[in-house]
Amino acid sequence: MRRTIVACLAAAVVSAAAAQTDWTCPDGFAGQTLSVYNWATYVADDTISNFEAACGVRVIYDTYGSDEDMVVRLRQGNPGYDIVVPTNANVPTMIREGLLEKIDHGKLANLGNLDATFMNLPFDPGNEYTIPYQWGTVGIGYNVDKVGEIASWADMFAYDGPVAWLQDTTAMLGMGLLMVGKDPNSESAADIDAAAQFLIDNGRNVIYIAQDDGQEILARGEADIVVEYSGDIFQVMDECDCDTYAYVIPEEGTNFWVDSLAIPKGAPNKALAEAFIDYILWPQVGADISNYTAFGTPNLAALDEGLIDEELADDPAIYPSDETKARLFFAQQSEGREPLLNDAWDMVKIFVGR
Amino acid sequence: MTRGKVRGDRARAVGMALPATFWLVVFFLLPLVFVAFSSFMSRGPGGQPVSPATLAQYERTFTVFGPVLWRSVGVALLATLISLVLGYPLAFFISRRRSPTTRMFLLFLVMLPFWTNFLVRTYALITIMQRDGLLNGLFQSLGVISAPLQMLFTPAAVMVGLVYGYLPFMILPIYASVEALDRRYVEAANDLGANDWTAFWRVIFPLTLPGVIAGSILVFIPAIGAYVTPDLMGGTRGLMIGNLIQGQFGGRGNVPLGSAISMVLLALVFISVLVYTRWGQREE
Repeated sequence: MRRTIVACLAAAVVSAAAAQTDWTCPDGFAGQTLSVYNWATYVADDTISNFEAACGVRVIYDTYGSDEDMVVRLRQGNPGYDIVVPTNANVPTMIREGLLEKIDHGKLANLGNLDATFMNLPFDPGNEYTIPYQWGTVGIGYNVDKVGEIASWADMFAYDGPVAWLQDTTAMLGMGLLMVGKDPNSESAADIDAAAQFLIDNGRNVIYIAQDDGQEILARGEADIVVEYSGDIFQVMDECDCDTYAYVIPEEGTNFWVDSLAIPKGAPNKALAEAFIDYILWPQVGADISNYTAFGTPNLAALDEGLIDEELADDPAIYPSDETKARLFFAQQSEGREPLLNDAWDMVKIFVGR
Repeated sequence: MTRGKVRGDRARAVGMALPATFWLVVFFLLPLVFVAFSSFMSRGPGGQPVSPATLAQYERTFTVFGPVLWRSVGVALLATLISLVLGYPLAFFISRRRSPTTRMFLLFLVMLPFWTNFLVRTYALITIMQRDGLLNGLFQSLGVISAPLQMLFTPAAVMVGLVYGYLPFMILPIYASVEALDRRYVEAANDLGANDWTAFWRVIFPLTLPGVIAGSILVFIPAIGAYVTPDLMGGTRGLMIGNLIQGQFGGRGNVPLGSAISMVLLALVFISVLVYTRWGQREE
């Protein structure tokens, strides 16, 4: 699972400070109910209770373990949720299937706090349906004792020991495209095939393609290097409480992901949902959440005001240097690209590791 | 017997067959029809089947996925053969115990693993075979090896997992047919001058062949479609066709292609069942 408590300690320290949020709730919501459906362990301890207190409302808070569970539930008809938190990859489908409501930007006074890097991304141009919540990267988790220091994809490909990759077609082939000097979002069949061939040719030491358990393969010592979502590796680093493991955002650039706040179609209380989104955008509230999850916050104001724990804010594995940040790419899905990526990834799965 | 009574019996028989019929139609036949239908369609956005109808998925199944398909057939055959070589002597040994209590106890031991979930047992195998696992620890402490061996994520690991998982399916039918064997045939063979070796190959083995074939089918069918074992123990080097089918269903796969591979797998299983009905039950 991607969302995990990484900085329990930090969260405990912060929750004391977080008691005073200056955000003021618009009038007229007292006594109402908001129903939130979010990833497990994805808010700070007092995020929900502070909102209840500020607005005088009651929040029903349900959690899910995979985005697919949430999408399937909404497809069967919204059971009454006002807020969901989809991953970027599922947003275009949800919009196309009419599962989301448009969000009224006029109700979001704090929208300006967000970092432009995470706005207006191809999965939802103009942020009509989604507002960025947390972000992270697909990078390299590795065993420092076995591998030494590494900084790039090239370092990973130069390593001879056992390596595990990630079952994430767009991220992996996007990386392959980068390595063969192409646009990571190329729609050309020739480019995508060249990327797949590069991965096959340079993946002879790949022993496993992890669904979402690369961090366990790393922790068990089965692979020395794994390509994984940042949060998964932070989890292993945290549980181990040792200096054995490290995570790096490769300097060539990599895919990043964004989870967003969204309002599902048929939400019983859309106005309160918009108030909730505005509340999350308040710098202190957003900072508390990111200090708890240890993922990146898209809330630039929170970073600028120094509300993010120093230890997290200074960690290049969470907030990369401007140089590396400029090389991050956002994987685009399109109807023309999807089958090409799919077929190319099949080839990788069949031939890699031999 | 009156016509009314006959009709009543038939009505009752139909009534008793209804729940099972309903079950099979809704949960077996309909999904199968959907898979068969979608295997001839094109891939739409998100991987769903759309028109126009095409044979492209089958073409892709035999070209791109062909090597994995045939390798899976080979892996399943080898797993069957190993299970037979391990299972036959054991089944024979158990059925030759004099005390029924001993026989029951030994059979009970064979079936004991079924009391635990297959996934849990697979994870147990992983803890034995992983890099810092029990086997590597044992070998290293005995000084047999200096560095841990890569046992997990190899084709051999998949073979161990498959044989471990399906061996009881081989033992039980063979046990049944050895048990039913009339010992006087063996005595007659010996009286006619056959030594034990000849008696085994010319009398005992042919007579227990139905059990051998039944056991082989019961091992081969789940082995060829195996998903959990190659997924958890095989990695990239022990990939089997079940893993590639799984990748086509679910998010952003290719349901028509997954369906076509499934239909080919179904055909392979069907052929092996034909083999069973043609040769396995000949003696009965």
